[in-house]
Amino acid sequence: MREFLKHLKYILTENPVTLFAGALFVLLVLAALFGPFLVPYDPMQSNSALSLKPPSLDHWFGTDQLGRDVFSRIIVATRLDLAIAVSAVAISFVIGSLLGSLAGFYGGWADRLVGRMTDTIMAFPLFVLAMGIVAAMGNTVENIVYATAIINLPFYARVSRTEVNIRRSADFVLAARLAGNSSLRLLAMHIYPNTLPPLMVQVSLNMGWAILNAAGLSFIGLGVRPPTAEWGIMVAEGAGFIVSGEWWLALFPGAALMLAVFTFNLLGDGLRDLIDPRRRT
Amino acid sequence: MDGNDKLKMILGRLLQAIPSIIGIVIVTFVLTRALPGDPAVYFAGPAADEKSIQEIRVSLGLDKSWPEQFWIYITDLATGNLGVSVSTGLPVAEELTRRLPASLELTFLALLFSLAVALPLGVAAATRPNTWVDQLCRVVVTAGVSLPVFFTGLFMVYLFYYILGVAPPPLGRLDIIFLSPPPITNFYTIDALLDGDFETFGAALAQLILPAITLGIFTLAPLARMTRAAMLQVLSSDFIRTARASGLRRSTVLYVYAFRNALLPILTTLGMVFSFMLGSNVLVEKVFAWPGIGSFAIEALIVSDYAAVQGFVLAMAILYVLLNLTIDIAYTLIDPRVGLDG
Repeated sequence: MREFLKHLKYILTENPVTLFAGALFVLLVLAALFGPFLVPYDPMQSNSALSLKPPSLDHWFGTDQLGRDVFSRIIVATRLDLAIAVSAVAISFVIGSLLGSLAGFYGGWADRLVGRMTDTIMAFPLFVLAMGIVAAMGNTVENIVYATAIINLPFYARVSRTEVNIRRSADFVLAARLAGNSSLRLLAMHIYPNTLPPLMVQVSLNMGWAILNAAGLSFIGLGVRPPTAEWGIMVAEGAGFIVSGEWWLALFPGAALMLAVFTFNLLGDGLRDLIDPRRRT
Repeated sequence: MDGNDKLKMILGRLLQAIPSIIGIVIVTFVLTRALPGDPAVYFAGPAADEKSIQEIRVSLGLDKSWPEQFWIYITDLATGNLGVSVSTGLPVAEELTRRLPASLELTFLALLFSLAVALPLGVAAATRPNTWVDQLCRVVVTAGVSLPVFFTGLFMVYLFYYILGVAPPPLGRLDIIFLSPPPITNFYTIDALLDGDFETFGAALAQLILPAITLGIFTLAPLARMTRAAMLQVLSSDFIRTARASGLRRSTVLYVYAFRNALLPILTTLGMVFSFMLGSNVLVEKVFAWPGIGSFAIEALIVSDYAAVQGFVLAMAILYVLLNLTIDIAYTLIDPRVGLDG
């Protein structure tokens, strides 16, 4: 553990970008947890007298076509956007790593079945498949989560299959088998925990992509509906005002989205440095 | 290996595409039947009464068992019948083929742009590690994957149309004052050139540039990253050292020896790039009101026009498989280890 902390300190001091990403991550989590209590205005409160006002000291990010405060809406939206991405990634992590471990451990038909399944998902352009799934299952926020989870499943299944497979006949596993552990116990207690670090890197890198994907779906009018505050739909609502010069409506939520994705991507790179120094680019 | 082996490999690769296509057909079939509630009601549209819903059910074969329905679905597909779009009243297959050239023109130009930027950038970064070029490459790579494609698009519209006034309004393939060129390839830029009409060519290109760059920026990142990594790896290998030691010119070593070998992993990345590109295409088409198959699918989604959406998903998936197939065949052809030179 002390070794690990020392290594962590080394990574953070050697690469200030990772430290910066960590700080941004804390900021995002705080905004998601406490945002609704901290914002200066009610994100739903419309005020026609104040519609389409450019950024000012009162309204940092300006107001939208209904006079709602854009800054407050962006902060409040953090919770929904992160919730969608976190639940989608959690579902694909759990199911994907489970299927992948079984495929990697047992091989044979289990491997072929899981392999065929992931190949079929990967045969689609992923965003297009997500659109099709939401269209088929119904246009709701939950289905956005499921669709995002399904298209990310193959990544987890593949990483976890490889990681389990290379450890299947490692010496420590053989020793545990000789000690009389059952196959399932070997997989669950001895092999699976060792595959978690690479999977965690995958989670972090995947998170940004999940946020982008969910926001893209709501940008084209799926899932989240107005007047809900969500970054993708706010950009979509502001898009019509860009050509008449009201840039703040679309630009600020878009920037928030970018910042969130950026944070997770940087964090993922940092985590990878921490866990596997050899893969550094 | 000789040319015959190459041919065998290509045939083998063609055969490998069959399971993918079967998988795609099964998934789209399941998606069509997984509609919440009664699919017949959706396909009949909002204005339908009980009798017409029943007619639709019979005509779609929804009163039959699943295996029978699947058979009907496959025979329909084999004859190119994707159903009728409720919103436009035209066959989905016809709508898609009419709109496909617009999407393809955009995608190909975007690909050209991103290759033209990513390859030199990646090579430059790999040959001068830890200099400003390398840092620039790193920034571009990280920013490229973090930028939501619709955000980049809107930003470009604001900057180049509203502030600078150099770009035409983001409304489709051609300004309304121009007539569309005589359709030959249905790529407006190429058709205009074939027609010798440079004014229309300019106008079509002006409409294309912003959406193509938007789409290109998003796909630049994986390409530049892979080019840099592949070049770094190749440049550190023994045969490059030997080539250098033999006194070959720097450019010969770099482009003839190293780049040709680095191309292979870059080609493999192209598969993933196409997945990104076909997905983001939908978003870019919405931002720029581009009349391609992506905006057709968005319009269809909003009015719950399911036949159209499923047709779109199927068409995109088949297109993706074909693109991947092309990449793999190209891979076989350029791999210097699979004896092209005898």
